[in-house]
Amino acid sequence: MEKTMNLTLRVWRQKNRLDVGKFVEYQLENISEDSSFLEMLDILSEQLVEGGHEPVAFDHDCREGICGMCSMTINGMPHGPENGTTACQLHMRHFHDGQTITIEPWRAKPFPVIKDLVVDRSPLDRIIQSGGFITGRAGSAVDANAMPISKQIADYAMDAAACIGCGACVAACPNASAMLFTAAKVSHMNSLPQGKAEKDRRSLAMVTTMDGEGFGGCTNIGECEAACPKGIPLDMIAQLNRDYAVAQVKNFFQPVL
Amino acid sequence: MNLDSKIPEGPLENKWSSHKFNMKLVNPANRRKYHVIVVGSGLAGGAAAASLAEQGYNVSCFCYQDSPRRAHSIAAQGGINAAKNYQNDGDSVKRLFYDTVKGGDYRAREANVYRLAEVSADIIDQCVAQGVPFAREYGGYLANRSFGGAQVSRTFYARGQTGQQLLLGAYAALSKQIGLGKVKMYNRHEMLDVVKVDGHAKGIIVRNMISGEVSRHAGDCVVLATGGYGNVFFLSTNAQGCNVTAAYRAHKRGAGFANPCYTQIHPTCIPVHGDQQSKLTLMSESLRNDGRVWAPMSADTAKQIREGKLNPNDVAEDDRDYFLERKYPSFGNLAPRDISSRAAKEACDEGRGVATTGLGVFLDFRDAIKRDGQKTIEERYGNLFEMYQCITGDNPYETPMMIFPAVHYTMGGLWVNYNLESTIPGMFVGGEANFSDHGANRLGASALMQGLADGYFVLPYTVGNYLGEQGVAAAGQVTTDHPAFAEVEADVKGRIEKFMSINGTESPRSFHKRLGNIVWEKCGMARSKEGLEEAIKEIQALKKEFWSNLRVVGDADSLNPELERAGRVADFIEFGELMCRDALMREESCGGHFRVEHQTDDGEAKRDDDNFTFAGVWEYQGDDTDPQLHKEPLIYENVKLVTRSYK
Repeated sequence: MEKTMNLTLRVWRQKNRLDVGKFVEYQLENISEDSSFLEMLDILSEQLVEGGHEPVAFDHDCREGICGMCSMTINGMPHGPENGTTACQLHMRHFHDGQTITIEPWRAKPFPVIKDLVVDRSPLDRIIQSGGFITGRAGSAVDANAMPISKQIADYAMDAAACIGCGACVAACPNASAMLFTAAKVSHMNSLPQGKAEKDRRSLAMVTTMDGEGFGGCTNIGECEAACPKGIPLDMIAQLNRDYAVAQVKNFFQPVL
Repeated sequence: MNLDSKIPEGPLENKWSSHKFNMKLVNPANRRKYHVIVVGSGLAGGAAAASLAEQGYNVSCFCYQDSPRRAHSIAAQGGINAAKNYQNDGDSVKRLFYDTVKGGDYRAREANVYRLAEVSADIIDQCVAQGVPFAREYGGYLANRSFGGAQVSRTFYARGQTGQQLLLGAYAALSKQIGLGKVKMYNRHEMLDVVKVDGHAKGIIVRNMISGEVSRHAGDCVVLATGGYGNVFFLSTNAQGCNVTAAYRAHKRGAGFANPCYTQIHPTCIPVHGDQQSKLTLMSESLRNDGRVWAPMSADTAKQIREGKLNPNDVAEDDRDYFLERKYPSFGNLAPRDISSRAAKEACDEGRGVATTGLGVFLDFRDAIKRDGQKTIEERYGNLFEMYQCITGDNPYETPMMIFPAVHYTMGGLWVNYNLESTIPGMFVGGEANFSDHGANRLGASALMQGLADGYFVLPYTVGNYLGEQGVAAAGQVTTDHPAFAEVEADVKGRIEKFMSINGTESPRSFHKRLGNIVWEKCGMARSKEGLEEAIKEIQALKKEFWSNLRVVGDADSLNPELERAGRVADFIEFGELMCRDALMREESCGGHFRVEHQTDDGEAKRDDDNFTFAGVWEYQGDDTDPQLHKEPLIYENVKLVTRSYK
């Protein structure tokens, strides 16, 4: 039969970007272990609304672990204690009766808090806008099977492309580096034959934008890989470093950017 | 209401190419004088915004999420159909067209479906060129799998994340145009109304969800690609934010709403676990390539399983009813969605359901694992199995999955002509938000196809045609200073103030849940005259209660999810009534619309082609007046209407 639990929540409340913010404690009762973490927060919201208080604002949308919208640090870990899981796919059966759960927003300088647990992740979009694309104007494509791509390369590209852009890697990194995010996109596109034409340009532009947005450098700590809900491996950063170095050398002799 | 479908003359095969030739063009140097508003950044909206910008138009694109990459197209799992015939198994444009028309239970417009099939192959080329990492064979060529309602293998896929990869392709193209300044992107902005000038759509009113600021945006035309209305049911596989507001607001400004009762209930979702649940999760239809759907033969066995006294693996072969294979031997587990869903419901209605609630059947991989080995199954569906285990706590490699139908997609939507233009001139509608291609039931792997077809290959032509017809002298002439903008903006602001000032006791979420219960019970998988009439009364009562007892905490000039939900639920309530009216009007069963009064002796849907071969289009008449029904007759010149059989 369904098991339930009582919980103490310590939730970060911050009215807006300028507010200082603080932890507020709430008690919750009879949470089903089959509920998802966000459903637990829904119940908290309803409880707060009933008392005439504003509910906790948090980002969420698909609730099936793919849109990348949910973003909260649970007991010190982005997306919570389970490996390879987004907050929306985390279920209460991983917690126990009487537990205290601390919930805070992504903590990273480039991601200012908008309200409570909601942060501004638009710097990630801007990294993509600077080079995270393969130019293929609608109408200009050749037949899809015109160029065979080995399964190995296609699979590698897919592993990299699995990134959901949630920003957990940045939140987990003591340097607030966006290297894993950037590396995943660079690895995806640079590894495919279609992406070769813009390879050097892409590597340079994306890293330049990343630095310009105020993300920290990578010092090979590896927290990003541990926090990534999609298992993007650290190797991709090595790939980015290689591609970036080659692009810099080429750029020195013949500018691409 | 003008329901001229504008289907081009000539044989089916030539309609689109001759139409492309006959449409007006805009000189490349003049395109930059025009400004197009695109609402929604999913497959249809994102692709349209990117493609129009590539052509040289200035585009403003709006989405309610924090990034265009999060649109709910991203959650599509299984794949995308295309008539490539890479498998040499008899596929062709004509066969994809035929399958789609038949799959839609002969309630779609022939010419639109044919065009969809025709451009399907271009979509795959386009996506590969963008770097979408589709699954490949060892030889390096693209792999395919099978989906429901087809006897050829024409579905392209990227693991269980096809929607994600296709959306990221469109997002990348869009991002490039944002970077170049051709697209101005408005994240976290919700469209709350459309502005008409001299009868043409010339702008929108939006609310900045962070600051609460309500602002006006003018353009030379408006493209809505705002998705479906599945969340009217409260529980669905849609994302939490998916809503009908943009489409419904447009409807109230004069856009006809077609076939709202055509909703798709997807057969393979994870069963409901309890009343704390906020959403349902889909398990891709692709799983039915290898999984076998069954329920216990006897209600007694089912009861023992429900009570945990019997392990499903111990159920003897004789006591398993592989009901899809039994009822539909030629399509078996890949019978179309509407049919599979009803079969599962039937088994549960007979008391043979499993899961704690009795609302579930098995999807069993035992035989596939025995045949192909666990490794192969893992390669094909690994991420889906993980997702299932994460949600339910059960390991599907060891114990059969449990599934139950859930609301997944809505075939109905704003009425559009062949140019995807609604009954408001200058307002185009793409993707799930329009009604045109899927009839009364959508086949698997066809939503991604339609979204991208509209976005990459149809709207860029037809929007250009409209702008060309308006003439370059008209470009950019309407500005937000026009009095029509002030008027609509005042309406929007008044509505927000109203929500904030009711000061009742019930939350928007609670109203939403109650609405969902009504429509799921009475306008869900099985509908009856009596039930629908009750539902309409109940929804009207709910609407009164909503407007007198709603409570929205917080304020209107900052991020306020309660206020956002209040606005969406207000529209869902009115829309829910429209959906029930449409279901009541349609005295037949077809596709996802099943009226219990209209079924064959063996419980299959019974169409009434003589009286109902039309699209039912509703015109808004005012808050206190019943909407008016108009009919667009569906003319089948190339397909013979027959009883849809998958036996």
